[in-house]
Amino acid sequence: MPNIIKDQQISDDSWQVWRDAATLPESGGYIVPLTLWLEHKDSLKALGDIAVFLASDESPKALANDITELNLIAVDFPKFADGRGFSYGRELREQLGYKGELRAIGDFMRDQLYFLSRCGFNSFALENSDLEESLASFKDFSESYQPSIDQRLPLFRRR
Amino acid sequence: MYIYDHFDRQIVSQRVAQFRDQTQRYLDGKISDEQFLPLRLQNGLYIQRLAPMMRIAVPYGTMSSIQLRKLAHISRKYDKGYAHISTRQNVQLNWPKLEEVPDILAELLEVEMHAVQTSGNCIRNTTADQFSGVAADEIEDARPYCEIIRQWSTFHPEFAFLPRKFKIAVCGSKSDRAAIMMHDIGLQISHDTSGKTAFNVFVGGGLGRTPVIGSLIYENLEPQHLLTYLEAILRVYNQLGRRDNKFKARIKILVRAMGAEAFKAEVEKEWAHIKDGDLTLSAEEIDRAKSFFQSPSYETLAQQDMQALALENADFARWLQHNTHEHKIPGYRIVTLALKTVGVAPGDITAEQFEAVADLSERYGFGEIRSTHHQNLVLPDVKQADLLALWKELDKLEVASPTVGTLNDIICCPGGDFCSLANAKSIPIAEAIQRRFDDIDYVYDLGEIELNISGCMNACGHHHIGNIGILGVDKKGQEFYQVSLGGSQGLEASLGAILGPSFAQNQVPDVIEKVLETYVSLRQPEERFLDTFRRVGINPFKESAYA
Ligand code: SF4
Repeated sequence: MPNIIKDQQISDDSWQVWRDAATLPESGGYIVPLTLWLEHKDSLKALGDIAVFLASDESPKALANDITELNLIAVDFPKFADGRGFSYGRELREQLGYKGELRAIGDFMRDQLYFLSRCGFNSFALENSDLEESLASFKDFSESYQPSIDQRLPLFRRR
Repeated sequence: MYIYDHFDRQIVSQRVAQFRDQTQRYLDGKISDEQFLPLRLQNGLYIQRLAPMMRIAVPYGTMSSIQLRKLAHISRKYDKGYAHISTRQNVQLNWPKLEEVPDILAELLEVEMHAVQTSGNCIRNTTADQFSGVAADEIEDARPYCEIIRQWSTFHPEFAFLPRKFKIAVCGSKSDRAAIMMHDIGLQISHDTSGKTAFNVFVGGGLGRTPVIGSLIYENLEPQHLLTYLEAILRVYNQLGRRDNKFKARIKILVRAMGAEAFKAEVEKEWAHIKDGDLTLSAEEIDRAKSFFQSPSYETLAQQDMQALALENADFARWLQHNTHEHKIPGYRIVTLALKTVGVAPGDITAEQFEAVADLSERYGFGEIRSTHHQNLVLPDVKQADLLALWKELDKLEVASPTVGTLNDIICCPGGDFCSLANAKSIPIAEAIQRRFDDIDYVYDLGEIELNISGCMNACGHHHIGNIGILGVDKKGQEFYQVSLGGSQGLEASLGAILGPSFAQNQVPDVIEKVLETYVSLRQPEERFLDTFRRVGINPFKESAYA
């Protein structure tokens, strides 16, 4: 079973990413593309546990009506330099009120963990890095100027 | 000046530790070149043609004498004993070693400096009028707001991987010395009839391959909304800006593609979610920021008669006229130090000059120094009575060339001598022009002219907004130069028009000479180059340049 980082701990994980946007998986346990979800919501739900991922050009606004039904939403980073997902994270948490697991998948890197978690991500399918060592990156900074999910007040309101 | 509290110090010191660790992991082969690229860029480190180049942030161009001495030390210990003032008011080292960069950052922290976000696709150092706080035509000091923006943009978790770099400039005076129309966001401070502060927000300006003048998308933004509005702009840009083509990724392309109205509507939709939220500035925070920029303890002095001062000495008189500006306090003057010695790259400064300027800033002021986007330095608070003595000192240091604001006050990027992106060299062009026009009386007769040189389309030398702009281009592997005329910065900003086919390096001084002769023959009394150009158009210049 692959390991991921969840809530700053290494944990087992059985979710698999289903990238085929044309065919439905045959069972639950998959993170499926947004387009597949929007088209086949009912059939997918009948399969059991289903999660959805956003491609980097898909705004989370499309999930506005499904927020409470989903326990896991993932955001795909096609390249680590593509920072759209950082905004999607904040939008999901702060504007759409999403409370479930928010996972980064794809080509992000260890050195982005701190910023990603400040944007609302709490789970990371981090590839090609030693997970144990990577945990250190959550502690890159102990204070930040801006507000975030875990600290609603910007630094200037706390000085 | 802004002074760090324990929060600021902790944040910057953790940054140093973070980059030390990243550099070590890179050297150990645990981070790929590709992944290390944005990490080092966001710490100001480029790998250039000859060596790494490191860009140190000078927030809104303000430095203390202590910081200058540290820069002298760093340039000696880690470099070849000199540094460079960039067109974005920052300080660049040309030859640092990658392994030593974490040590340089640690030394900078000792004097509350850093290299945070001086490069990379993130929010860059916020720039401002170099005369902020002292200019006679100031509406309000831009620096407190720049500092507020600096803190908000520092390690902003959402905006560290934007489509492209993002530059913000703030101007608080009637004449715009910060080129705000040429920035991704330009903020112009204004006062309404009751004296309340507000911002006009320009978006989508920029130089580079596709030069554009910013569009005004919000008038009279109240200060408490400054950060939420900026955040809304950035969020729209981060999501909608193009990422498929690096040359079309700046916000100016997005604003143009959508239209300024539609872009504004998108921003307002986003803003509606966060307006009046946690990021709304409190009056206390604005006051806290302002408290760092209180006027120093000026003496009550009588305003001196500049004409009488000028009688002392003809050379001094010339310097007085060109290199000093009116101060808001009677009896004081703003002094610009020209880093434009012929034969030295524009903006270069030695460790010894740094130290001497640091001393002078303490003897003739309050230990404060500014850097300018014209690649000069400024001593902001000089008593008029001290001007003659100061001039003698500056003259010895070779920073008193009385050419500020003239043809010879050239803005010039590092170009092909240093920069790996260059199409052509730029420094030798600047030198050839300075040598050609070495008759100071002729230069004065030409009056106010801005001549800007960039070594490639990236336009670090701001060639589009030079009254005369020179751009290095590559023509079948040869270095050629395209000349444009009529660009200008400031509130009546305009982009230069291309004169015609490009020229070989040795032709450039001749072409500039012909352009200037044309101007002299066509000008009306007292008419500036720019105004003559605007009146007669490009054709007469074309005819003489290609005759
Ligand atoms: S304009 Fe081009 S050559 Fe000059 S510094 Fe910028 S990137 Fe380098």
